[in-house]
Amino acid sequence: MRWLRSHLVAIAALAVLAYLLLPNLVVIVFSLNKPRGTYNYKWEQFSTDAWTNPCGTPGICDAVGLSLRIGLIATLVATILGTMVAFAIGRHRFWGRASTNLLIFLPMATPEVVMGSSLLTLFIAMGIAPGTIPILIAHILFCLSFVVVTVKARIASLDPRLEQAAADLFANPFQTFVRVTLPLVAPGIAAGALLAFSLSFDDYIITNFNASPSSITFPMYVWGAAQRGTPVQINVIGTVMFLTALILVAGGQLISNRRARQTV
Amino acid sequence: MAAPLAELEVTTAPPPPRARRSYTPYLLLLPGLAWLVVFFVVPMVALASQSLQTGDPESGYVQTWHFQTYLDALSQFWPQFVRSIVFAGAATFLTLLLAYPLAYFMAQKAGRWKNFLLVLVIAPFFTSFLIRTLAWQIILTDNGPVAGLARTTHFSDLLQWLQLTSNDSLMNSRFAVIAGLTYNFLPFMILPLYASLERLDHRLVEAAGDLYATPIKTFWRVTWPLSLPGVVGGTLLTFIPAAGDFINSRLLGNTQTVMIGQVIDSEFLRIQDYSTAAALSFMLMLVIVVIVAFYVRRAGTEELV
Amino acid sequence: MTESTSGDLRLTGVTKTYDSFTAVDQLDLVIPRGSFFALLGPSGCGKTTTLRMVAGLDQPTIGQIWIGDRDITNTKAYQRNVNTVFQSYALFPHLSIIDNVSFGLRRRKVENYKAKAMEALELVQLAHIAKKKPGQLSGGMQQRVALARAVVNRPDVLLLDEPLGALDLKLRRQMQIELKQIQSEVGITFVHVTHDQEEAMTMADTIAVMNAGRLEQVGDPATLYEHPTSTFVANFLGQSNLLEATVKGRYGAIAELDVHGVDLRLPVDRLKADTTKLWLGVRPEKLRLVEPGAGDPASLENNRLSGVVTDASFTGLATNYLVRMPWGQELMVVQQNDGMPRAETGAQVNLAWAPEHGFALSGDQDSHAGAQDQADDSGAT
Repeated sequence: MRWLRSHLVAIAALAVLAYLLLPNLVVIVFSLNKPRGTYNYKWEQFSTDAWTNPCGTPGICDAVGLSLRIGLIATLVATILGTMVAFAIGRHRFWGRASTNLLIFLPMATPEVVMGSSLLTLFIAMGIAPGTIPILIAHILFCLSFVVVTVKARIASLDPRLEQAAADLFANPFQTFVRVTLPLVAPGIAAGALLAFSLSFDDYIITNFNASPSSITFPMYVWGAAQRGTPVQINVIGTVMFLTALILVAGGQLISNRRARQTV
Repeated sequence: MAAPLAELEVTTAPPPPRARRSYTPYLLLLPGLAWLVVFFVVPMVALASQSLQTGDPESGYVQTWHFQTYLDALSQFWPQFVRSIVFAGAATFLTLLLAYPLAYFMAQKAGRWKNFLLVLVIAPFFTSFLIRTLAWQIILTDNGPVAGLARTTHFSDLLQWLQLTSNDSLMNSRFAVIAGLTYNFLPFMILPLYASLERLDHRLVEAAGDLYATPIKTFWRVTWPLSLPGVVGGTLLTFIPAAGDFINSRLLGNTQTVMIGQVIDSEFLRIQDYSTAAALSFMLMLVIVVIVAFYVRRAGTEELV
Repeated sequence: MTESTSGDLRLTGVTKTYDSFTAVDQLDLVIPRGSFFALLGPSGCGKTTTLRMVAGLDQPTIGQIWIGDRDITNTKAYQRNVNTVFQSYALFPHLSIIDNVSFGLRRRKVENYKAKAMEALELVQLAHIAKKKPGQLSGGMQQRVALARAVVNRPDVLLLDEPLGALDLKLRRQMQIELKQIQSEVGITFVHVTHDQEEAMTMADTIAVMNAGRLEQVGDPATLYEHPTSTFVANFLGQSNLLEATVKGRYGAIAELDVHGVDLRLPVDRLKADTTKLWLGVRPEKLRLVEPGAGDPASLENNRLSGVVTDASFTGLATNYLVRMPWGQELMVVQQNDGMPRAETGAQVNLAWAPEHGFALSGDQDSHAGAQDQADDSGAT
């Protein structure tokens, strides 16, 4: 009984962790299922068919491809723009700094339906047809704020005396930036980019508002499948995403651990 | 002690080499802010303006300042509005309840396993939430082990009594929707809490114990107040998207659990009544802003980002 | 590229103001080339601000800075031939030690930068850790790397911003000696900013004492110590007993003073011509305890005061006494542990000192200025 009480927090914590990971487990397990009908709800029998034929269902790989392309471009643009903004806010005092902070925060505080519908309204008014371009624009938009916040946090933890030391050692502002600032902020930028990519790849609501039948992203495909019939390949992709995320995040942690041991 | 030398040689220094009003920040800000203004601020204005227009997609819209739209929308859809706020609130509360022990454990007790646990918390967040929510359909299905367990422990009877389920089924119920919402936003609550609790100096907890505080007292008076920034951050990151969510309600709910997000979605994309949809959107935005402002004012954190 | 500008470092009329606050006020200073110069003062006196202006990290509001006959006031930090050893070392965490040390050389496109960097590391006896990263080193080692990183560039002036502050006592003493050796070996002008007067006196050829943005006094340690020109310097450097005195008369080389009814003497050349009221200063170690009634034969001219011992602290090396005078003031006396009998609390004692050990400070100054318990702890400089 005493053991239970003193470990209460640990038990609760691990229970929550299990709750968090349960669906992922189900996804992995059911990727090895061979359902009888079009829906993948009941466990029938073990089969690796879906894994050997991941693109078997029509449209799924096109959707993944489109999501990847949009994700990469949106990440690139959002990371560049967001990093610039983060440096401006984090490193300079300028008129309008507080309002800029607010403006960056607002998209994160806006529910996706509101953001998606407002963009749709804009595009209708401008006469732009729904499709890949509007989706891309929307993704860059909501990724921007998250990149700014992530990079800004990293910049804030940067010791300004390091840049002073670089100037003291004959580095002009450009050299200081390239040789000292950027390498030290890089982990934050990487984290921001990773966050942006996952937000973009996973987005359904905003994408749905701005998509056309010819621009089906992976989340849209899954949604459609939920109505029509869930092929097992969806679980395969889901499992791959989970494992990739595990590897990337674990790798990132290892790198930052090594770096932490080197920080002054 | 000022030497007379100064009188001979003092000159007013020329303006400092790097002018205070440098252009660098503005240049850096320009592309990002321009993007935000064009694709966020302007659409919001367009949304507001659209909500006051009358017409339809075929014959076009006219700006008529038709405030009646708001009243009509509100009177028709207020149940969904209220339901969304209630569900979001419930989910936020539950998320906080569940996230706190895990965040605390990771921050204070996990030691070497801290990073491993962090990876386990973050990784699911990066995988498609649609797929994971679909997985909940499998988990909560009537013939599954979870439903069976709920029946034998009479948990499902409790839920039925609380009107959270309909005809003994865990799926397609309020319970499922709230459970799904809670699940989906758990990482958003865990991470800010973890960040806050990680900075908690354990010696403060020890000092409290040294000053005769019981564990519960210590928690209420030391740990909880110091973790408030994380709590505020986490609740905001959970409540705001949850209020506008409709995925969970669509996949795990029924016609009684329709949330305002679904309404907006269908008004826009199916019914195509853009004015009403815009009005609803705007009202949702407003409600959230009011609740958030109130909450932040009470909780007392100025720097949210 | 900067030409070699050897020469004295000169500050003329340098002033730095922030809104309504003046950090540095009309500073005129000449720091001779090749000397070990200390800028000494309490927190907030403006010494670090001055240092930063010489480094180029801050701009003076008014005034100029020269090295030799070259005006560097408007040059940027990276254009100046000046390097700094920062208080927090500021080693680049993502670079190895050898890359840190060769950073300045590479920016200047110096050939053989690796060899020169290794040379600098050998100078501070850290050649063996060239491949490590700063995070793996102790504070003392980081400090030496920071020094090597600055020295390797052979600047015209090397600035040290309280570099020994974070080290423990023993290491600090060791580094003080090492720094002095390195400076004389390399021959570069060192400007050392510190609030530790003992450190300044140990290491520097010349000390400039700063207070509230202004210079109090500049000179070599001995002169500053034995002949302070302000109460601030008298109290900040070591300790001083300051006695309220009026001039009774001047008789040849000796001035007769009245101190609370007691007659005391001071060499006339210590006094300014028209002084009537002054502070008579005497250092604690110059005061000797003598038993009442005992005569020190060779010292009929010695000044004498009598009082009661209120505190006697034995520190091993010496005994520190507080002796209360009839008018209430407690004088500090330090008696070296030379085997002579020690007085106890409550004992009536006579204090004696030679007139030439006294110094005079103008009577209108605050006698508590610079005393250590008045030191400002705000940490701003």
